[in-house]
Amino acid sequence: MKYVDEFRKSGLIHKVAGAIRAINPQGEINIMEVCGTHTQNFFRFGLDKLLPRNLNFIAGPGCPVCVSSQEYIDQAIAYTQDKDIILVTFGDMLRVPGSRSSLEQARARRGNVFVAYSALDALSFARRYPQKKIVFLAVGFETTASTIALSILQAKKEKLRNIFFHSSLKTIPIAIQYLLRDKKLSLSGFLCPGHVSTIIGSRAYEFIPEKYGIGCCVAGFEPLDILEGVYLLLRQIVKKSPAVENQYKRAVTGSGNLRAQKIIAEVFRQCDASWRGLGRIPKSGLRLQDTFSCFDAQKMLPVKVKLPAPGPRAKKCRCAEVIKGLIKPDACPLFSKACSPENPYGPCMVSAEGTCNAYYKYKKDA
Amino acid sequence: MKIKSITGDFAEVESGRLIRKVNIKMLPKVKAGDYVIVHAGFAIEKIDPDKAKETLKLIDEIC
Repeated sequence: MKYVDEFRKSGLIHKVAGAIRAINPQGEINIMEVCGTHTQNFFRFGLDKLLPRNLNFIAGPGCPVCVSSQEYIDQAIAYTQDKDIILVTFGDMLRVPGSRSSLEQARARRGNVFVAYSALDALSFARRYPQKKIVFLAVGFETTASTIALSILQAKKEKLRNIFFHSSLKTIPIAIQYLLRDKKLSLSGFLCPGHVSTIIGSRAYEFIPEKYGIGCCVAGFEPLDILEGVYLLLRQIVKKSPAVENQYKRAVTGSGNLRAQKIIAEVFRQCDASWRGLGRIPKSGLRLQDTFSCFDAQKMLPVKVKLPAPGPRAKKCRCAEVIKGLIKPDACPLFSKACSPENPYGPCMVSAEGTCNAYYKYKKDA
Repeated sequence: MKIKSITGDFAEVESGRLIRKVNIKMLPKVKAGDYVIVHAGFAIEKIDPDKAKETLKLIDEIC
């Protein structure tokens, strides 16, 4: 078993889709998926075409690039103006628009922006260029937080003094809680993210059925995973028996990866965080503990940026509503006109995990 | 991705013809031949083959 092909068998996919149609749910059912990879794969494998029309899939704030605030991007760009700094980032941050330009444009001007696949790559830069200051853009959710925490521990072990982490790390359960409190969204259930859940465990979602009476299901990323997740969730919705179900048992346990959780808690502490589209959510972010402040870019290399008043096009961009699931991307006046993957205006169009990007690629002409 | 070999905190993993070196500090008990989920250069969880079979059986029973 290679854990890929087995979960992509078209015969089974059609059968499970048939079982979902056989449940024949009535009324509008709004399922939010809080993971960019779910959104992408849902369209990529054409699953949307197999399911009843009254099942609405709403892409929640599950793409870390899309929810990075404009201020954060502006701070990253401000770092590039210092010729002693090398900025290291995950690739999909490059094209995210700040208020005036993007990191890609900053790289073209100054040449001190590098793309890394892992936070450990930033450590290699620090070793190779001891006379430079390396700033790593720590962007992501719990999954990425664990990898960055381990990299910081490694930097401490090696006594690296020229590496700094600019954290915009965020936590998913608190964002879900924030969305559940929003009366404008009438959600029927959540499809919870696979990889975040490997770290935090499926029990982290127990508050959703217990406090808000809404069901949820952790699901993997292959087409059969997503469909089985939808099937299990729909059964909960129809039976009106909300619970936390776990479809992705091969990778997600009830308690999650305890070692990873311990590492995250050792290096980071909770803080308030700004989410593009959602605003400031208390305790939804992670920043470095005081014991690691020598690696904290916000403390060691503070930058202040002033956001300009939004221009006419910024006022038209509706990414904020897309992230909240209030509108579909094609309801935005910029979608596929002023804003496309080649020339993105809003953050949801930039990342391959972004909702507008997925819509543009798979649904534009549908 | 499947673990080919382990050296200290790092493992060589493969998926098809792609071979990568990943950090396995989060999963101290993994061994060669295990499948792991890889995220940003780190193995974050081991895939449980029995649970995978159980899920496929459940999917088969839905229909």
